[in-house]
Amino acid sequence: MTTARLSQDFLEPHYIDDLFKKNLEELISYGISAGANFVEIFVENIESVGLLAEQDTLTSVNPSIGKGVGIRVFLGQRDGFVSTNDLSKQGLRFALDQALGMLGLDKSTQSILNFDGLSTLKDYGASKSNYLIDCPTLKESTSKLLEATHLLKKSGPHVNVRRGSYSKTTQEVVVASSDGTYCRDLRLYQSIGLNVLALDKEHRSSIGRRIGTEGKPSTLIDWDIEKAAIEINASAEKMLYAKYVDAGQMPVVLANKFGGVIFHEACGHLLETTQIERGTSPFANKLNEKIAHSEVTAVDEGLTDGAFGSIAIDDEGMETQKTTLIENGILKRFLCDRAGEIRTGHKRTGSGRRQSYAFAAASRMRNTYIEKGEYTPEQLIESIDNGIYCKSMGGGSVGATGQFNFSVEEGYLIKKGKLAEPVKGATLIGEAVEVMPRISMCANDLDLAAGFCGSVSGNINVTVGQPHIKVDSITIGGR
Amino acid sequence: MNESKNLINGTKLRDNLSILSNELGLKKWDFGASISNDVSVQIDKGNPKQLKASQKSSITIRVWNDNKIGITSTSDLSKIGLKKALNSALEASYFGNTNETPDFSIAAKDELPKLERPLRKAYGVKKLMSDLIHAEEALLNKDKSIKSVPYNGFAESISERVYINSDGALRHIQSTQASLYLYARAEEPGRKPRSSGSIKVGYGAEDININECINEAASRTISHLYYKPIKTGKYLVCFKPEAFLDLITAFSNIYNARAIIDGISLSKKDSIGRKISNEILSMNDDGLHQSNFGACTFDGEGTPTQNIPIIEAGILRNFIHSEATARYFDTRPTGHGGIGSKASVSPDWPVVFKANGQTAKYPELNFKESNEEFVLVENLHALHAGIKASQGSFSLPFDGWLVKNKNKISIESATIAGDFINLLNNIIQVERNQQFTHQGVSPHIWVNELAITGDK
Repeated sequence: MTTARLSQDFLEPHYIDDLFKKNLEELISYGISAGANFVEIFVENIESVGLLAEQDTLTSVNPSIGKGVGIRVFLGQRDGFVSTNDLSKQGLRFALDQALGMLGLDKSTQSILNFDGLSTLKDYGASKSNYLIDCPTLKESTSKLLEATHLLKKSGPHVNVRRGSYSKTTQEVVVASSDGTYCRDLRLYQSIGLNVLALDKEHRSSIGRRIGTEGKPSTLIDWDIEKAAIEINASAEKMLYAKYVDAGQMPVVLANKFGGVIFHEACGHLLETTQIERGTSPFANKLNEKIAHSEVTAVDEGLTDGAFGSIAIDDEGMETQKTTLIENGILKRFLCDRAGEIRTGHKRTGSGRRQSYAFAAASRMRNTYIEKGEYTPEQLIESIDNGIYCKSMGGGSVGATGQFNFSVEEGYLIKKGKLAEPVKGATLIGEAVEVMPRISMCANDLDLAAGFCGSVSGNINVTVGQPHIKVDSITIGGR
Repeated sequence: MNESKNLINGTKLRDNLSILSNELGLKKWDFGASISNDVSVQIDKGNPKQLKASQKSSITIRVWNDNKIGITSTSDLSKIGLKKALNSALEASYFGNTNETPDFSIAAKDELPKLERPLRKAYGVKKLMSDLIHAEEALLNKDKSIKSVPYNGFAESISERVYINSDGALRHIQSTQASLYLYARAEEPGRKPRSSGSIKVGYGAEDININECINEAASRTISHLYYKPIKTGKYLVCFKPEAFLDLITAFSNIYNARAIIDGISLSKKDSIGRKISNEILSMNDDGLHQSNFGACTFDGEGTPTQNIPIIEAGILRNFIHSEATARYFDTRPTGHGGIGSKASVSPDWPVVFKANGQTAKYPELNFKESNEEFVLVENLHALHAGIKASQGSFSLPFDGWLVKNKNKISIESATIAGDFINLLNNIIQVERNQQFTHQGVSPHIWVNELAITGDK
């Protein structure tokens, strides 16, 4: 980031110095003296660029720049949140007054709390200042992407539409709050996507793959485009002539990596205190009770090096950690942010996350996965007489009462313990409380995949993951 | 919120950009800017839970550099922010696509349609909160099975948009909007909890019929309380307006010129004039329809919003266009473009109706009166996961009822699947009465032989 003050803004995130700290303290003091129990200021400075290559042409280069501040004020269990990109003193004071006013507070309210000032800055971003220099240039990035879409043509006999996308985002955040928290982080997120549409007469198949990293400047350069192109085309080719799956109840094997989306959607969201607060989680009163098969141990963490959901600190300034959610089928912890701690009593887990300054943080997942088991993937397949192998999942969602659904992007029938013909149009449907006890086998090939998760605090980067797992019975929606 | 004063000083922005772009030797540029002030409240069991407000501004600048285009978006509308954005757009322009360079819309200076919509005064957070608390209480009192209203919100906003280009086009619109949603959860001993809700939208909070929202949320939630699994099979299906609009919007690539050029549409360049649906169905895209509270008189490129016939008696009549796609198809832009180095094309406000002079295969079908056994689909879920737009297929979970002899039994858990083009061609009845929803206008639509997967 730059080192010269660029504007007259009261909080100029490009230049964090004593004046910046003093101005933060002035705002927090103002909020506390008005009677707030807690005041938090989240300052964000973000730069990103998105590239799109279609067929053999670069069709879009989209840079964007942004900065803003989110101010959150608590009074008891209530909170007021205001976001603004007017970073002048007047604009920030107006925003803070608005947040205080929401809670019935103003300058005349008597305060019983003191604010002792911010701690010394904990700069988690100090060692990351070379991120931008180490990333490929725009020219290098566009060349790599075009090379990838060109390779898609080479290895796909029926490929009709080829797309490659790349996005790079650097997000600088500062969190300051009335408990003295004062920290900064610099995050580098990169995401690469490849999509093909294969076509042969009336047959169509579309396949997409994505990788994503945090804090790995060389991601795009290291990307094995030849391998990626061959894999995606092989999947598209197999699915091109696939028949629609018959609907019904049957056992399934879910592949590793993005197969973990089932746990993320079906169970992970229900373990966020955001859901516990609302009373919409069937697991709210199940702590230390068995909610899953004893084969299942599941964690959520922000520590895996380079993983898309990794964070040094959450968006409330708490250091990240590894949280064991389920251990051998027993529910151990919920994912908790500050509001969740205030409202439910569960301890914070470094899980307060938000898309940007415009969202209040909420309890959200980071890298979430089922731990590996003792079987080989082949043993899972061999254990099924008649079922489905879900090699690649599409997206999914969970409803207000815990029902989930996932589309299967690439699926195969399992017949007498062996993989058979490809099938399309399958949707997995169920409820977490019913499906978690049916995960009866976990393989030894845990792997992770990057994804985006949309929820109350916006779209955030996450990782899902698992080894191959077997679900004894699940509803397959089809034709 | 102050509805009498402009939030964006368009003239100042234009003058600043003129000076800055001259400094960089850029003669041709345009930009779209928006500013909004929003307030929203959420409550929990009679107490305020989260109260939110935001002041947001953003600008997207495009510059032309030797017939190549560059773009940048920024939330910083200061002179320093604009200068940084212009430099970034200039850098991006060196990678511009020479095969397809957007230009100014030929309609960017045409007269805009008249749109007389009220600008409502803001309620303010306290009034929104007290109304929402009363709404929650009333909803909880509607039936003893309703235990909570876990998802709720009352919001209001004022927003402003401008489009300006270096050729003298200047578009400006200011609008206010409010929305209320109540999503209740009902529980009965020994049965699974059930949820449903209602959303209401208006120009301001004063336009929202809170009681109607409460009653709808209660009746919908209670109607799902007594449920049964449905047997997997093929059914006669009636889509409620919201559900049909969800589907037709998800498959809007059929009439989206951008998708056709990109090869990801179910239509081809020569599809205009071809039959894509049963002849009983017609549809327009009418962004200025009275039910569209968020209507804007111009698109991201400054083109006036228009009422475009899309399907007439089953025949595909028009695609929707941006400036670049219109040039490609040798036609005029339709007011559906975004601002971009590759301008996106998006549908605006679908208005579905029974085609004039056409008779349905089963004109007697009516979702309230018919004695046939059919599945009434209320809401479709997980469209992002279950729609394969480029393949034309869908497989979606839904809320709905199995109806027989006018008796409705809620369906426990099921998905509906099919091919969208087949679905359009298997429409056997389009009811006469259109309903205005928060996502468009449609009557109830009947389709024969759709696959439904249940738990039986």
